[in-house]
Amino acid sequence: MKNKTALLFLILALTALLIGVFFGLLAALQYIIPDLLKDYIPFNKVRPFHVTSTISWIVLCATGSIYFFITQIEHLKLFSSKLIHTHFIIFIVTGIGIYVSFLTGKMEGREYLAYSPILTIPILLGWILFGVNYFKTIIQNVKNWPVYYWMWGTGIIFMIYHLSEAHFWLIPNFREYFIRDISVQWKSYGSFVGSWNMLVYGIAIYIMSKIKKDESSARGKTVFFFYFLGLTNLMFGWAHHTYIIPTQPWIRYVAYGVSMTEWILLIYIIREWKKSLTKEDKKSYCMAYKFLITADFWVFLNLILALLFSIPAINFFTHGTHITVAHSMGTTIGINTTILFASVFFIVSKINPSFKINQFAVKYGRNLFRISLFLFWITLLIAGVKKSYWMYFSENIFFSEMQDSLYYVYLAIFVFGMGLAISIISLGTVLIRVLTKTLKNQENLVLYSATLLIIINYQY
Amino acid sequence: MSNAKKNIIVISTLIVIFSIYNFSVYNLRDYKQPVKLSSKAIQGQQLWQENNCWSCHQIYGLGGYLGPDLTNTFSNPKKGKEYIKTFLNSGIKSMPKFNFSEDEKESIAIFLKYIDSTGYYPNYEANFKLNGWVELKYKDEE
Repeated sequence: MKNKTALLFLILALTALLIGVFFGLLAALQYIIPDLLKDYIPFNKVRPFHVTSTISWIVLCATGSIYFFITQIEHLKLFSSKLIHTHFIIFIVTGIGIYVSFLTGKMEGREYLAYSPILTIPILLGWILFGVNYFKTIIQNVKNWPVYYWMWGTGIIFMIYHLSEAHFWLIPNFREYFIRDISVQWKSYGSFVGSWNMLVYGIAIYIMSKIKKDESSARGKTVFFFYFLGLTNLMFGWAHHTYIIPTQPWIRYVAYGVSMTEWILLIYIIREWKKSLTKEDKKSYCMAYKFLITADFWVFLNLILALLFSIPAINFFTHGTHITVAHSMGTTIGINTTILFASVFFIVSKINPSFKINQFAVKYGRNLFRISLFLFWITLLIAGVKKSYWMYFSENIFFSEMQDSLYYVYLAIFVFGMGLAISIISLGTVLIRVLTKTLKNQENLVLYSATLLIIINYQY
Repeated sequence: MSNAKKNIIVISTLIVIFSIYNFSVYNLRDYKQPVKLSSKAIQGQQLWQENNCWSCHQIYGLGGYLGPDLTNTFSNPKKGKEYIKTFLNSGIKSMPKFNFSEDEKESIAIFLKYIDSTGYYPNYEANFKLNGWVELKYKDEE
């Protein structure tokens, strides 16, 4: 294996996941013991750490997986090795820059992108380098692209566009008109998530076709129909986040129509794939397969939830409550993280065929992951229903009283969150260990060390 | 025609529609009552961002859920401007004590005043339709 930068992306991604989980627990703790940490690291400081780390996990793991599949499984000659190295260095330096800016309290951005907007420039540059390398590699080497190549390409392009769009507020003309500003802000966020979903779902389809050893499921008319449906949702389906904002009704009409088609894409593909899968194929990538089945379950649950609250009359009551959080946790953990775990286990099965998937940390880690995530999700829904009831059906009860009445629900969220954290740490550390072992004594470990040296010099 | 060409045609068509759609969204005006933030309100918005107020509070239900939604706090007869300014530096429960100057507190209050003037949340007088649609009550409607 000549180029191991893909593995460095994966190690970085898993590290970001562990950091994100740690800060997620700290954030949840503040719901049950509000005074505990507020003098040291209050909730408004913890949340950006958690959100940035978990988003980094998703995009870095997707990036590393795509680089790995192209170079190590498809054996395509990468257009430029320098570009992938530069891409990695830019992301790791910028990532450290973001954490340093958080530690020093320099957060000038907005929700989900709290860091100083200037740091978006290198992030965009990294994505552009990724795009150039990806398209140059694929166009030169592949004819009749299967759907996952289209999905990855689309994901990269739209990621660049919507990351830029999320910073339109820097233009005074946007910022001065609050309703338009908040609409465009949430438009960009909705499509930003749609963009990484393109990358992640493309990975799911790729792994499926490899386990099944049949590319036809990634080339048929149906799968392309669903790809275009997903792309339409990415472009126009964002506004169900903003049904309640007093904007032009036509935006909400469009979103209502488009949102109704949401989520059908992946569940259809996975179900069709499962029907035709033989037992022997399943065994050969056992853990990847098991995680994809878990993702299938979460697609189903989130499909129901998403379809329900895409109906404005239901959204009216769920908006602004933990039901929205349940949906976002269901998608980012239940679907995205599960597919990305499948991807990393698939990669591990390639680089280390003797890896034991039945070892304690993996076997019980996965079971704990599934159980605690489900309970976590249910308690978030309960918290959401209770808050909605308080908002619309109770009178003269203060916000703080409502929060106090939810103490045991928040406690349950913390406990199940702890279970989830333990499972993710178990799986994550095993995967980091295997990936790091593979890197040892290889030429790219030198690059890794050199990168770290550059960063240390850069910081001091 | 090859499949790749067909796909490119579909994507190009979607991108053309997307461009027109984006142009419309980017030039969007408020539906009923245009509200343009003053320089003081923008200063308050900047402070709102720099201190991650969105981590705990919502506007129009968008933001964090540890604290209350602040969309209509300014016009709430039991709360209002002084209530907002008092809370900023006193803190409560998980809300830290900030150290804003009088001018900064005023800016944040003005920002919330402008937000308040754009609409209602929760929108208690919204009108529900049988097809699942919800007609919102806008700020200048009787």
